[in-house]
Amino acid sequence: MATSGVKLLGAKQSPFVTRVMMALEMKSIDYELVVMNPHLKPELLSKTNPVHKKIPVLIHGERAICESLIIVQYIDDAWTNGPSILPPHPYDRATARFWAAFVDDKLVPLLGQLREAEGEEAKELVIKKLSEAFMRLEEAFINCSKGKAFFGGDSVGYLDIALGSFVGLIRVVEMMNETKLLDETKTSRLAGWAERLYSDSLVKDVLMDPQLLLVQLQKFLATMPKAASE
Amino acid sequence: MEVRLHGMWASPYVIRVIWALKLKGVKYEYIEEDLSNKSMAVLEYNPIHKKVPVLVHNGKPIVESAVILQYIEETWPDRTPLLPEDPYERAMARFWIDFGQQKSLTFFAFFLTSEEDKHKTAAQVLETLKILEEEALGDKKFFGGNTINMVDLFFGWLTYSFGCMENISGVQVLLPETLPRLHRWTLDFKQEPVIKENLPDSTALLEHFKRVTKHLKSSNKFKPA
Repeated sequence: MATSGVKLLGAKQSPFVTRVMMALEMKSIDYELVVMNPHLKPELLSKTNPVHKKIPVLIHGERAICESLIIVQYIDDAWTNGPSILPPHPYDRATARFWAAFVDDKLVPLLGQLREAEGEEAKELVIKKLSEAFMRLEEAFINCSKGKAFFGGDSVGYLDIALGSFVGLIRVVEMMNETKLLDETKTSRLAGWAERLYSDSLVKDVLMDPQLLLVQLQKFLATMPKAASE
Repeated sequence: MEVRLHGMWASPYVIRVIWALKLKGVKYEYIEEDLSNKSMAVLEYNPIHKKVPVLVHNGKPIVESAVILQYIEETWPDRTPLLPEDPYERAMARFWIDFGQQKSLTFFAFFLTSEEDKHKTAAQVLETLKILEEEALGDKKFFGGNTINMVDLFFGWLTYSFGCMENISGVQVLLPETLPRLHRWTLDFKQEPVIKENLPDSTALLEHFKRVTKHLKSSNKFKPA
């Protein structure tokens, strides 16, 4: 399968874009990152992702693929050389998909709610829900990893990508709210996993340093429209 | 190989799993759940969401209908393929299923609409269905091409449950005049043997949805967007 003509529309500070970069790195695929800020409504984005107009978009030859986890699965299906991203057994695949959906449907909206919460009480409520979500993910890690380094076992896999892409943002949220979500006392396995992820040779180059991410995100968020997203 | 499905007869999430199992010729035991009094099995197998469907295969539970459909496809790959082989076509099938999931609030808003908002919520549903018709279905007989696939199963609820929503809200949206190709698809889909033989009773379904709507509106559980 030709690896020429692979472009990724996005921005490094987006965890969703990071997911795709992690997958591309794992498969050693050469690609060009075309920096795109969706809030500025660029034409190329409307053309390649007319339904959602969001990043990331993967352009492979003539084809455009959208939605981060769908792109990751596409990369796994289209490039069969290199490590597999999804686990081999259907049951483990279902487990990985379930928890990846949990990240998107439960965790991510809570991060958004925390940013928009006004007042200490409102923030505390969201932080409590986030802590509960992390406890679930800690259990998921114990079940999926089966004593190994990553959700995917010995090496990074689908769920490591789905959640790992958000570690930088989670650290930023911790700094901004002076709280701990992924920490050694409450979620010790996940804390260890996060550190290993940031040292892993396959993906570490695309995981942003939280301090840098904080600065970049503040710039990025400044371009967002004031109205809440759906 | 033991397969059990915990479900509820009126649930659009459950029925797509039933259709997939039947299309694959997988024998299974069906357990009807009372959603107001869920069994220990459901609570134990699905502690996070506590919902049906729950598929149990050799004692291991799989939950979330989209996840279950992919599990069924991967576990029984030799019979009636439900996803295309080509990676890009496969990604597009997943994209449209995800689109359907992302739009669930739009459908709920129509389902639970107040009298004042019915035209507004109906218009939003129409817009969503137009995208589906134009971009996902196009001129094909089914979303899967000449045969039904996972995307057809996922949107199958439009062919029978959606009519109940239209009846309850008092606005018709899915008509030959407004959505000619999608409307034609609803008729073709319901003619498929496995689907035809596995549709809930329409009278009972309407009564059920009327009760559900009344309950949800009064308890204020879902606030339309």
